[in-house]
Amino acid sequence: MMDLPRHWRTEKTRYGLVGEVCTTCRKPIFPPRDVCPHCADATQEEHTFAGKGQVYSYATVYDAPAGYTEYQPYPVALVKLDEGPLVTAQLTDLDKEDIHIGMPVEMVTRKLTEQDENGLIVYGYKFRRPLQEQPV
Amino acid sequence: MRDVSIIGIGQTAVGEHWERSLRDLAVDAIEAALKDAKVESVEALYVGNMLSGELVAQAHLGALIADWASLGPIEAMKLEAAGASGSAAIRVGYMSVASGIQDMVVVCGVEKTTDTDAKTVNASWSFALDGAYEASQGLSVTAIAALLMRRYMHEFGVQREDFAPFAVNAHQNAVNNPHAMFRRPISAEAFAGAHMVVEPISMLDAAPMCDGAAAIVLCPSERAGEFASKPVHIKASAVATDRLAVHSRADPLLLRAAQVSAQKAYQQAGIEPHDIDVFELHDAFTIMSALSLEACGFAERGEGVRLAQDGDIAIGGRIPISTMGGLKARGYPIGATGVYQIVELVYQLRGEAGANQVECQLGMAQSLGGSGATAVTHILEAE
Repeated sequence: MMDLPRHWRTEKTRYGLVGEVCTTCRKPIFPPRDVCPHCADATQEEHTFAGKGQVYSYATVYDAPAGYTEYQPYPVALVKLDEGPLVTAQLTDLDKEDIHIGMPVEMVTRKLTEQDENGLIVYGYKFRRPLQEQPV
Repeated sequence: MRDVSIIGIGQTAVGEHWERSLRDLAVDAIEAALKDAKVESVEALYVGNMLSGELVAQAHLGALIADWASLGPIEAMKLEAAGASGSAAIRVGYMSVASGIQDMVVVCGVEKTTDTDAKTVNASWSFALDGAYEASQGLSVTAIAALLMRRYMHEFGVQREDFAPFAVNAHQNAVNNPHAMFRRPISAEAFAGAHMVVEPISMLDAAPMCDGAAAIVLCPSERAGEFASKPVHIKASAVATDRLAVHSRADPLLLRAAQVSAQKAYQQAGIEPHDIDVFELHDAFTIMSALSLEACGFAERGEGVRLAQDGDIAIGGRIPISTMGGLKARGYPIGATGVYQIVELVYQLRGEAGANQVECQLGMAQSLGGSGATAVTHILEAE
Protein backbone atom coordinates (compact mmCIF):
# COMPACT_ATOMS: atom_id res chain seq x y z
CA MET A 1 0.00 0.00 0.00
CA MET A 2 1.33 3.42 -0.96
CA ASP A 3 -0.53 5.35 1.72
CA LEU A 4 2.45 7.35 2.95
CA PRO A 5 2.30 10.39 0.60
CA ARG A 6 -1.47 10.69 1.14
CA HIS A 7 -1.10 10.98 4.91
CA TRP A 8 2.11 13.02 4.75
CA ARG A 9 0.44 15.62 2.52
CA THR A 10 -2.22 16.50 5.16
CA GLU A 11 0.17 16.38 8.13
CA LYS A 12 0.00 20.09 9.00
CA THR A 13 -3.79 20.06 8.88
CA ARG A 14 -4.08 16.93 11.01
CA TYR A 15 -1.39 17.72 13.62
CA GLY A 16 -1.96 21.46 13.97
CA LEU A 17 -5.48 22.20 12.75
CA VAL A 18 -3.96 24.43 10.09
CA GLY A 19 -6.62 25.75 7.72
CA GLU A 20 -7.06 28.97 5.82
CA VAL A 21 -8.71 32.36 5.73
CA CYS A 22 -10.06 33.55 2.40
CA THR A 23 -8.20 36.65 1.23
CA THR A 24 -11.33 37.93 -0.51
CA CYS A 25 -14.29 37.25 1.81
CA ARG A 26 -12.19 36.79 5.01
CA LYS A 27 -14.13 33.68 6.01
CA PRO A 28 -12.24 30.91 7.86
CA ILE A 29 -11.85 27.64 5.91
CA PHE A 30 -11.29 24.16 7.35
CA PRO A 31 -10.09 21.82 5.99
CA PRO A 32 -7.94 23.94 3.64
CA ARG A 33 -8.78 23.88 -0.06
CA ASP A 34 -7.62 25.70 -3.19
CA VAL A 35 -10.93 27.38 -4.01
CA CYS A 36 -12.93 29.19 -1.30
CA PRO A 37 -16.20 27.34 -0.58
CA HIS A 38 -17.89 30.65 0.26
CA CYS A 39 -16.90 32.98 -2.59
CA ALA A 40 -15.06 30.69 -5.06
CA ASP A 41 -11.98 32.92 -4.95
CA ALA A 42 -8.71 31.11 -5.49
CA THR A 43 -6.23 32.85 -3.19
CA GLN A 44 -6.08 31.73 0.44
CA GLU A 45 -3.77 32.46 3.36
CA GLU A 46 -2.80 29.93 6.02
CA HIS A 47 -4.60 30.17 9.35
CA THR A 48 -4.06 28.01 12.44
CA PHE A 49 -7.31 27.38 14.28
CA ALA A 50 -7.29 27.76 18.08
CA GLY A 51 -8.70 24.24 18.52
CA LYS A 52 -11.59 25.27 20.78
CA GLY A 53 -15.19 24.58 19.99
CA GLN A 54 -18.45 22.87 20.94
CA VAL A 55 -20.05 19.52 20.15
CA TYR A 56 -22.60 20.09 17.34
CA SER A 57 -23.57 16.41 17.19
CA TYR A 58 -22.13 13.07 18.37
CA ALA A 59 -22.46 9.31 17.95
CA THR A 60 -20.84 6.12 19.23
CA VAL A 61 -19.28 3.71 16.73
CA TYR A 62 -19.86 0.05 17.75
CA ASP A 63 -19.35 -1.40 14.28
CA ALA A 64 -16.20 0.21 12.91
CA PRO A 65 -14.77 -0.05 9.39
CA ALA A 66 -11.61 -2.10 8.74
CA GLY A 67 -8.58 -0.32 10.25
CA TYR A 68 -10.53 0.99 13.25
CA THR A 69 -12.21 -2.13 14.71
CA GLU A 70 -9.67 -2.58 17.52
CA TYR A 71 -10.67 0.80 18.98
CA GLN A 72 -14.47 0.26 18.99
CA PRO A 73 -16.60 1.45 20.61
CA TYR A 74 -15.44 5.04 20.17
CA PRO A 75 -17.26 8.39 20.18
CA VAL A 76 -17.29 10.61 17.10
CA ALA A 77 -18.58 14.13 16.64
CA LEU A 78 -19.16 17.13 14.51
CA VAL A 79 -17.33 19.88 16.39
CA LYS A 80 -18.20 23.52 15.73
CA LEU A 81 -14.95 25.46 16.05
CA ASP A 82 -15.16 28.87 17.74
CA GLU A 83 -14.06 30.43 14.44
CA GLY A 84 -17.04 28.88 12.60
CA PRO A 85 -16.22 25.74 10.59
CA LEU A 86 -17.50 22.26 11.51
CA VAL A 87 -14.92 19.47 11.87
CA THR A 88 -15.58 15.71 11.78
CA ALA A 89 -13.46 14.00 14.44
CA GLN A 90 -13.33 11.49 17.28
CA LEU A 91 -13.84 12.55 20.89
CA THR A 92 -11.32 11.20 23.39
CA ASP A 93 -10.52 10.97 27.13
CA LEU A 94 -14.18 10.92 28.20
CA ASP A 95 -17.11 8.58 28.88
CA LYS A 96 -19.87 8.50 26.32
CA GLU A 97 -22.41 9.28 29.06
CA ASP A 98 -20.71 12.66 29.57
CA ILE A 99 -21.14 13.84 25.98
CA HIS A 100 -23.88 16.31 25.12
CA ILE A 101 -24.60 18.73 22.32
CA GLY A 102 -23.13 22.12 23.15
CA MET A 103 -20.37 20.80 25.43
CA PRO A 104 -17.06 22.67 25.08
CA VAL A 105 -14.13 20.70 23.67
CA GLU A 106 -10.51 21.31 22.71
CA MET A 107 -8.28 19.72 20.11
CA VAL A 108 -5.53 17.21 20.97
CA THR A 109 -3.25 15.09 18.77
CA ARG A 110 -3.80 11.34 19.04
CA LYS A 111 -3.20 8.11 17.13
CA LEU A 112 -5.99 7.51 14.58
CA THR A 113 -5.00 4.10 13.19
CA GLU A 114 -2.11 1.73 12.69
CA GLN A 115 -1.80 0.15 9.28
CA ASP A 116 -0.36 -3.28 9.81
CA GLU A 117 1.65 -4.25 6.71
CA ASN A 118 4.11 -1.34 6.55
CA GLY A 119 3.79 -0.25 10.19
CA LEU A 120 2.48 3.19 9.31
CA ILE A 121 0.89 4.92 12.31
CA VAL A 122 -1.50 7.73 11.43
CA TYR A 123 -1.87 10.56 13.94
CA GLY A 124 -4.41 13.36 13.81
CA TYR A 125 -6.73 15.63 15.73
CA LYS A 126 -9.30 14.42 18.22
CA PHE A 127 -11.26 16.53 20.70
CA ARG A 128 -11.56 16.25 24.51
CA ARG A 129 -13.15 18.24 27.33
CA PRO A 130 -10.95 21.28 28.03
CA LEU A 131 -8.33 20.32 30.64
CA GLN A 132 -9.36 22.99 33.17
CA GLU A 133 -12.92 21.62 33.13
CA GLN A 134 -11.92 18.02 33.79
CA PRO A 135 -12.18 16.57 37.33
CA VAL A 136 -8.76 16.24 39.01
CA MET B 1 -34.89 15.96 -27.14
CA ARG B 2 -37.08 12.87 -27.49
CA ASP B 3 -39.39 11.35 -24.89
CA VAL B 4 -38.01 8.13 -23.41
CA SER B 5 -39.89 5.09 -22.12
CA ILE B 6 -39.09 1.96 -20.17
CA ILE B 7 -40.14 -1.13 -22.10
CA GLY B 8 -38.57 -3.91 -20.05
CA ILE B 9 -37.48 -4.68 -16.49
CA GLY B 10 -35.53 -7.48 -14.82
CA GLN B 11 -34.11 -8.20 -11.36
CA THR B 12 -32.47 -10.91 -9.33
CA ALA B 13 -33.52 -11.64 -5.78
CA VAL B 14 -31.69 -9.37 -3.32
CA GLY B 15 -29.64 -11.19 -0.70
CA GLU B 16 -26.53 -13.33 -0.25
CA HIS B 17 -25.79 -15.05 -3.55
CA TRP B 18 -22.95 -17.40 -2.57
CA GLU B 19 -23.10 -19.34 -5.84
CA ARG B 20 -23.42 -16.41 -8.21
CA SER B 21 -20.72 -13.91 -9.16
CA LEU B 22 -21.12 -10.20 -9.96
CA ARG B 23 -21.15 -10.96 -13.68
CA ASP B 24 -23.67 -13.81 -13.25
CA LEU B 25 -26.07 -11.53 -11.40
CA ALA B 26 -25.74 -8.76 -13.99
CA VAL B 27 -26.35 -11.18 -16.86
CA ASP B 28 -29.42 -12.65 -15.10
CA ALA B 29 -30.97 -9.19 -14.70
CA ILE B 30 -30.16 -8.11 -18.27
CA GLU B 31 -31.58 -11.32 -19.80
CA ALA B 32 -34.78 -10.89 -17.78
CA ALA B 33 -35.14 -7.25 -18.88
CA LEU B 34 -34.52 -8.04 -22.57
CA LYS B 35 -37.03 -10.90 -22.40
CA ASP B 36 -39.60 -8.63 -20.71
CA ALA B 37 -39.09 -6.04 -23.49
CA LYS B 38 -39.11 -8.75 -26.18
CA VAL B 39 -35.91 -7.21 -27.53
CA GLU B 40 -32.94 -9.24 -28.76
CA SER B 41 -30.31 -6.57 -29.29
CA VAL B 42 -29.40 -3.18 -27.86
CA GLU B 43 -27.05 -0.42 -28.97
CA ALA B 44 -25.57 0.40 -25.59
CA LEU B 45 -25.16 -0.88 -22.02
CA TYR B 46 -24.66 1.41 -19.02
CA VAL B 47 -23.68 -0.29 -15.78
CA GLY B 48 -24.21 1.27 -12.36
CA ASN B 49 -21.84 -0.08 -9.71
CA MET B 50 -19.81 1.39 -6.87
CA LEU B 51 -17.32 -1.14 -5.51
CA SER B 52 -16.47 -3.91 -7.98
CA GLY B 53 -12.77 -2.98 -7.83
CA GLU B 54 -12.60 -3.07 -4.04
CA LEU B 55 -14.94 -6.02 -3.36
CA VAL B 56 -14.45 -8.47 -6.24
CA ALA B 57 -11.14 -7.22 -7.72
CA GLN B 58 -12.82 -6.37 -11.01
CA ALA B 59 -12.95 -3.10 -12.92
CA HIS B 60 -13.97 -2.53 -16.55
CA LEU B 61 -17.54 -3.70 -15.99
CA GLY B 62 -18.93 -2.23 -19.22
CA ALA B 63 -16.92 -4.53 -21.44
CA LEU B 64 -17.09 -7.47 -19.02
CA ILE B 65 -20.88 -7.52 -18.77
CA ALA B 66 -21.48 -6.76 -22.48
CA ASP B 67 -19.17 -9.72 -23.18
CA TRP B 68 -20.77 -12.20 -20.74
CA ALA B 69 -24.30 -11.18 -21.75
CA SER B 70 -23.22 -11.63 -25.40
CA LEU B 71 -24.56 -8.23 -26.37
CA GLY B 72 -22.08 -7.88 -29.23
CA PRO B 73 -19.50 -5.13 -29.76
CA ILE B 74 -21.78 -2.42 -28.34
CA GLU B 75 -21.00 0.78 -26.47
CA ALA B 76 -20.68 -0.12 -22.76
CA MET B 77 -19.42 1.74 -19.68
CA LYS B 78 -19.70 1.79 -15.90
CA LEU B 79 -21.01 4.82 -14.00
CA GLU B 80 -20.12 5.46 -10.36
CA ALA B 81 -21.82 7.85 -7.93
CA ALA B 82 -21.59 5.85 -4.67
CA GLY B 83 -25.06 4.67 -3.56
CA ALA B 84 -26.59 6.54 -6.49
CA SER B 85 -24.55 4.64 -9.11
CA GLY B 86 -27.53 2.70 -10.48
CA SER B 87 -29.67 5.78 -10.99
CA ALA B 88 -26.68 7.64 -12.45
CA ALA B 89 -26.44 4.88 -15.07
CA ILE B 90 -30.18 5.33 -15.78
CA ARG B 91 -29.59 9.05 -16.15
CA VAL B 92 -26.91 8.39 -18.79
CA GLY B 93 -29.11 5.83 -20.57
CA TYR B 94 -31.93 8.38 -20.57
CA MET B 95 -29.66 11.12 -22.01
CA SER B 96 -28.40 8.78 -24.65
CA VAL B 97 -31.91 7.90 -25.91
CA ALA B 98 -33.40 11.39 -25.39
CA SER B 99 -30.60 12.96 -27.40
CA GLY B 100 -31.15 10.61 -30.33
CA ILE B 101 -27.69 9.06 -30.04
CA GLN B 102 -29.06 5.57 -29.25
CA ASP B 103 -32.42 3.95 -29.99
CA MET B 104 -32.24 0.95 -27.69
CA VAL B 105 -30.32 0.94 -24.40
CA VAL B 106 -30.09 -1.45 -21.46
CA VAL B 107 -29.10 -0.14 -18.02
CA CYS B 108 -27.93 -2.57 -15.35
CA GLY B 109 -27.18 -1.85 -11.69
CA VAL B 110 -25.14 -4.51 -9.91
CA GLU B 111 -23.28 -4.95 -6.62
CA LYS B 112 -21.61 -7.97 -5.03
CA THR B 113 -20.71 -7.43 -1.38
CA THR B 114 -20.61 -10.96 0.04
CA ASP B 115 -17.31 -12.00 -1.57
CA THR B 116 -15.61 -9.73 1.01
CA ASP B 117 -15.74 -9.55 4.84
CA ALA B 118 -18.17 -7.06 6.36
CA LYS B 119 -15.50 -4.80 7.93
CA THR B 120 -13.84 -4.32 4.53
CA VAL B 121 -17.23 -3.69 2.89
CA ASN B 122 -17.89 -1.04 5.55
CA ALA B 123 -14.50 0.62 4.93
CA SER B 124 -14.97 0.46 1.14
CA TRP B 125 -18.47 1.89 1.29
CA SER B 126 -16.94 4.78 3.27
CA PHE B 127 -15.01 5.73 0.13
CA ALA B 128 -18.24 7.60 -0.65
CA LEU B 129 -17.26 10.08 2.09
CA ASP B 130 -14.38 12.54 2.16
CA GLY B 131 -11.45 10.14 2.50
CA ALA B 132 -9.05 12.69 3.94
CA TYR B 133 -11.35 14.40 6.46
CA GLU B 134 -14.18 11.99 7.35
CA ALA B 135 -13.27 8.33 6.70
CA SER B 136 -9.68 8.86 7.92
CA GLN B 137 -11.10 9.86 11.32
CA GLY B 138 -12.73 6.41 11.66
CA LEU B 139 -16.18 7.40 10.43
CA SER B 140 -18.31 5.24 8.15
CA VAL B 141 -21.35 6.27 6.08
CA THR B 142 -23.40 4.97 9.02
CA ALA B 143 -21.46 7.17 11.47
CA ILE B 144 -22.16 10.30 9.44
CA ALA B 145 -25.87 9.40 9.27
CA ALA B 146 -25.82 8.85 13.05
CA LEU B 147 -24.46 12.39 13.54
CA LEU B 148 -27.30 13.74 11.40
CA MET B 149 -29.86 11.67 13.34
CA ARG B 150 -28.62 12.88 16.75
CA ARG B 151 -28.67 16.50 15.60
CA TYR B 152 -32.19 16.04 14.14
CA MET B 153 -33.41 14.58 17.45
CA HIS B 154 -31.88 17.56 19.27
CA GLU B 155 -33.21 20.28 16.98
CA PHE B 156 -36.73 18.94 16.52
CA GLY B 157 -37.28 17.31 19.89
CA VAL B 158 -37.88 13.75 18.65
CA GLN B 159 -36.83 10.42 20.18
CA ARG B 160 -35.06 7.49 18.55
CA GLU B 161 -38.28 5.44 18.78
CA ASP B 162 -40.08 8.06 16.68
CA PHE B 163 -38.18 6.77 13.63
CA ALA B 164 -39.62 3.24 14.01
CA PRO B 165 -42.53 3.68 11.54
CA PHE B 166 -40.08 3.99 8.62
CA ALA B 167 -38.56 0.57 9.32
CA VAL B 168 -41.88 -1.03 10.26
CA ASN B 169 -43.45 0.20 6.98
CA ALA B 170 -40.53 -1.03 4.86
CA HIS B 171 -40.55 -4.51 6.42
CA GLN B 172 -44.33 -4.77 6.13
CA ASN B 173 -44.15 -3.98 2.41
CA ALA B 174 -41.27 -6.42 1.79
CA VAL B 175 -43.43 -9.34 2.97
CA ASN B 176 -45.17 -9.34 -0.43
CA ASN B 177 -42.03 -8.78 -2.56
CA PRO B 178 -40.61 -12.14 -3.69
CA HIS B 179 -37.28 -10.43 -4.53
CA ALA B 180 -36.82 -8.80 -1.10
CA MET B 181 -34.10 -9.82 1.36
CA PHE B 182 -36.15 -9.51 4.57
CA ARG B 183 -39.70 -10.76 3.95
CA ARG B 184 -40.84 -10.47 7.55
CA PRO B 185 -42.57 -7.74 9.54
CA ILE B 186 -40.89 -6.10 12.54
CA SER B 187 -42.52 -4.43 15.54
CA ALA B 188 -41.90 -1.02 17.08
CA GLU B 189 -40.79 -2.91 20.22
CA ALA B 190 -38.15 -4.81 18.23
CA PHE B 191 -36.99 -1.50 16.75
CA ALA B 192 -36.66 0.04 20.22
CA GLY B 193 -34.52 -2.85 21.46
CA ALA B 194 -32.34 -3.37 18.38
CA HIS B 195 -28.55 -3.72 18.62
CA MET B 196 -26.66 -0.46 18.03
CA VAL B 197 -24.42 -0.10 14.98
CA VAL B 198 -23.45 3.53 15.46
CA GLU B 199 -25.62 4.91 18.25
CA PRO B 200 -28.28 6.29 17.72
CA ILE B 201 -28.48 4.13 14.55
CA SER B 202 -29.38 0.48 15.19
CA MET B 203 -29.56 -2.62 13.02
CA LEU B 204 -33.23 -1.77 12.37
CA ASP B 205 -32.53 1.79 11.22
CA ALA B 206 -29.93 0.64 8.70
CA ALA B 207 -30.40 -1.07 5.34
CA PRO B 208 -28.43 -4.32 4.86
CA MET B 209 -25.45 -4.63 2.49
CA CYS B 210 -26.08 -7.49 0.07
CA ASP B 211 -25.87 -8.72 -3.53
CA GLY B 212 -28.21 -8.00 -6.38
CA ALA B 213 -28.66 -6.82 -9.95
CA ALA B 214 -31.53 -5.09 -11.74
CA ALA B 215 -31.93 -3.91 -15.33
CA ILE B 216 -34.23 -1.81 -17.49
CA VAL B 217 -34.56 -1.36 -21.27
CA LEU B 218 -35.07 2.15 -22.68
CA CYS B 219 -36.24 3.31 -26.12
CA PRO B 220 -37.87 6.40 -27.65
CA SER B 221 -41.48 6.71 -26.43
CA GLU B 222 -42.74 6.90 -30.02
CA ARG B 223 -41.53 3.32 -30.57
CA ALA B 224 -42.36 1.93 -27.11
CA GLY B 225 -45.72 0.51 -28.26
CA GLU B 226 -43.95 -1.83 -30.70
CA PHE B 227 -42.38 -3.71 -27.78
CA ALA B 228 -44.42 -3.22 -24.62
CA SER B 229 -48.13 -3.38 -23.89
CA LYS B 230 -47.60 -1.14 -20.85
CA PRO B 231 -44.61 1.14 -21.44
CA VAL B 232 -43.72 3.59 -18.68
CA HIS B 233 -42.72 7.14 -19.63
CA ILE B 234 -39.74 8.87 -17.99
CA LYS B 235 -41.31 12.25 -17.34
CA ALA B 236 -38.30 13.78 -15.60
CA SER B 237 -34.64 12.97 -14.93
CA ALA B 238 -32.42 15.22 -12.82
CA VAL B 239 -29.13 15.05 -10.92
CA ALA B 240 -27.76 17.49 -8.36
CA THR B 241 -24.78 17.51 -6.00
CA ASP B 242 -23.95 19.02 -2.62
CA ARG B 243 -20.76 19.58 -0.62
CA LEU B 244 -19.29 16.08 -0.29
CA ALA B 245 -18.73 16.24 3.48
CA VAL B 246 -21.56 17.07 5.87
CA HIS B 247 -19.14 19.32 7.82
CA SER B 248 -18.86 21.58 4.75
CA ARG B 249 -22.63 22.14 4.43
CA ALA B 250 -24.11 25.42 5.69
CA ASP B 251 -27.22 23.55 6.91
CA PRO B 252 -26.32 19.91 7.65
CA LEU B 253 -29.94 18.79 8.11
CA LEU B 254 -30.96 20.01 4.65
CA LEU B 255 -30.26 17.50 1.86
CA ARG B 256 -29.64 20.19 -0.70
CA ALA B 257 -28.84 17.87 -3.61
CA ALA B 258 -32.08 15.98 -2.94
CA GLN B 259 -33.98 19.26 -2.84
CA VAL B 260 -32.42 20.69 -6.01
CA SER B 261 -32.75 17.50 -8.06
CA ALA B 262 -36.39 17.08 -6.96
CA GLN B 263 -37.19 20.70 -7.84
CA LYS B 264 -35.57 20.28 -11.26
CA ALA B 265 -37.60 17.10 -11.79
CA TYR B 266 -40.90 18.73 -10.74
CA GLN B 267 -40.17 21.57 -13.13
CA GLN B 268 -39.42 19.22 -16.04
CA ALA B 269 -42.60 17.27 -15.37
CA GLY B 270 -44.66 20.42 -14.77
CA ILE B 271 -45.99 19.09 -11.47
CA GLU B 272 -45.94 19.73 -7.71
CA PRO B 273 -44.94 17.28 -4.96
CA HIS B 274 -48.61 16.60 -4.12
CA ASP B 275 -49.10 15.20 -7.65
CA ILE B 276 -46.75 12.28 -6.86
CA ASP B 277 -48.69 9.09 -6.00
CA VAL B 278 -45.79 6.88 -4.89
CA PHE B 279 -42.20 7.69 -3.85
CA GLU B 280 -39.30 5.25 -3.76
CA LEU B 281 -36.75 7.11 -1.64
CA HIS B 282 -33.25 6.33 -0.37
CA ASP B 283 -34.01 4.81 3.04
CA ALA B 284 -30.46 3.61 3.73
CA PHE B 285 -31.15 4.85 7.29
CA THR B 286 -34.46 5.95 8.84
CA ILE B 287 -33.06 9.47 9.28
CA MET B 288 -32.45 9.67 5.51
CA SER B 289 -36.15 8.91 4.87
CA ALA B 290 -37.16 11.82 7.09
CA LEU B 291 -34.63 14.19 5.51
CA SER B 292 -35.56 13.09 1.96
CA LEU B 293 -39.29 13.65 2.53
CA GLU B 294 -38.49 17.13 3.83
CA ALA B 295 -36.02 18.01 1.05
CA CYS B 296 -38.46 16.88 -1.66
CA GLY B 297 -41.33 18.98 -0.35
CA PHE B 298 -43.53 16.28 1.23
CA ALA B 299 -43.02 17.59 4.77
CA GLU B 300 -41.87 20.77 6.48
CA ARG B 301 -38.45 20.82 8.16
CA GLY B 302 -38.56 18.59 11.23
CA GLU B 303 -41.91 17.07 10.22
CA GLY B 304 -40.68 14.08 8.16
CA VAL B 305 -40.89 11.82 11.20
CA ARG B 306 -44.48 12.95 11.91
CA LEU B 307 -45.47 11.99 8.37
CA ALA B 308 -44.38 8.43 9.13
CA GLN B 309 -46.09 8.39 12.53
CA ASP B 310 -49.36 9.55 11.00
CA GLY B 311 -49.39 6.63 8.53
CA ASP B 312 -49.04 8.86 5.47
CA ILE B 313 -46.14 6.73 4.14
CA ALA B 314 -48.07 3.44 4.12
CA ILE B 315 -49.70 1.90 1.06
CA GLY B 316 -53.05 3.71 0.92
CA GLY B 317 -51.55 6.73 2.70
CA ARG B 318 -50.94 10.20 1.31
CA ILE B 319 -47.42 9.48 0.00
CA PRO B 320 -46.56 5.75 0.08
CA ILE B 321 -42.79 5.08 0.30
CA SER B 322 -40.62 1.93 0.15
CA THR B 323 -43.59 0.10 -1.33
CA MET B 324 -41.65 -3.10 -2.12
CA GLY B 325 -39.54 -2.91 1.04
CA GLY B 326 -37.20 -0.04 0.22
CA LEU B 327 -33.48 -0.24 0.89
CA LYS B 328 -34.26 -1.25 4.47
CA ALA B 329 -36.08 -4.53 3.76
CA ARG B 330 -35.75 -5.24 0.04
CA GLY B 331 -32.04 -4.78 0.71
CA TYR B 332 -29.31 -2.32 -0.30
CA PRO B 333 -27.02 -3.77 -3.02
CA ILE B 334 -25.27 -0.40 -3.21
CA GLY B 335 -24.77 0.41 -6.90
CA ALA B 336 -27.76 -1.68 -8.02
CA THR B 337 -30.25 0.12 -5.78
CA GLY B 338 -31.25 2.95 -8.09
CA VAL B 339 -32.27 0.45 -10.76
CA TYR B 340 -34.28 -1.65 -8.26
CA GLN B 341 -36.21 1.51 -7.33
CA ILE B 342 -37.16 2.10 -10.98
CA VAL B 343 -38.07 -1.58 -11.54
CA GLU B 344 -40.39 -1.39 -8.53
CA LEU B 345 -41.98 1.86 -9.75
CA VAL B 346 -42.60 0.23 -13.14
CA TYR B 347 -44.46 -2.61 -11.36
CA GLN B 348 -46.57 0.01 -9.60
CA LEU B 349 -47.29 2.03 -12.76
CA ARG B 350 -48.12 -1.08 -14.80
CA GLY B 351 -50.55 -2.12 -12.07
CA GLU B 352 -48.54 -5.29 -11.41
CA ALA B 353 -47.55 -4.70 -7.78
CA GLY B 354 -49.98 -7.31 -6.42
CA ALA B 355 -50.92 -6.94 -2.76
CA ASN B 356 -48.76 -3.80 -2.55
CA GLN B 357 -50.45 -2.03 -5.46
CA VAL B 358 -50.79 1.73 -5.01
CA GLU B 359 -53.37 3.55 -7.09
CA CYS B 360 -50.99 5.62 -9.17
CA GLN B 361 -50.34 7.56 -12.33
CA LEU B 362 -47.09 9.31 -11.31
CA GLY B 363 -44.21 7.81 -9.35
CA MET B 364 -40.93 9.31 -8.19
CA ALA B 365 -37.63 7.61 -7.35
CA GLN B 366 -34.71 9.31 -5.71
CA SER B 367 -31.40 7.77 -4.88
CA LEU B 368 -28.59 9.31 -2.84
CA GLY B 369 -24.82 8.85 -2.88
CA GLY B 370 -22.78 8.94 0.35
CA SER B 371 -24.44 11.24 2.85
CA GLY B 372 -26.56 12.84 0.13
CA ALA B 373 -23.83 14.59 -1.88
CA THR B 374 -25.29 13.11 -5.08
CA ALA B 375 -29.04 12.92 -5.65
CA VAL B 376 -30.64 11.44 -8.75
CA THR B 377 -34.39 11.92 -9.18
CA HIS B 378 -36.66 10.34 -11.80
CA ILE B 379 -40.38 10.84 -12.26
CA LEU B 380 -42.21 8.10 -14.16
CA GLU B 381 -45.72 8.12 -15.64
CA ALA B 382 -48.02 5.30 -16.69
CA GLU B 383 -48.76 5.59 -20.42
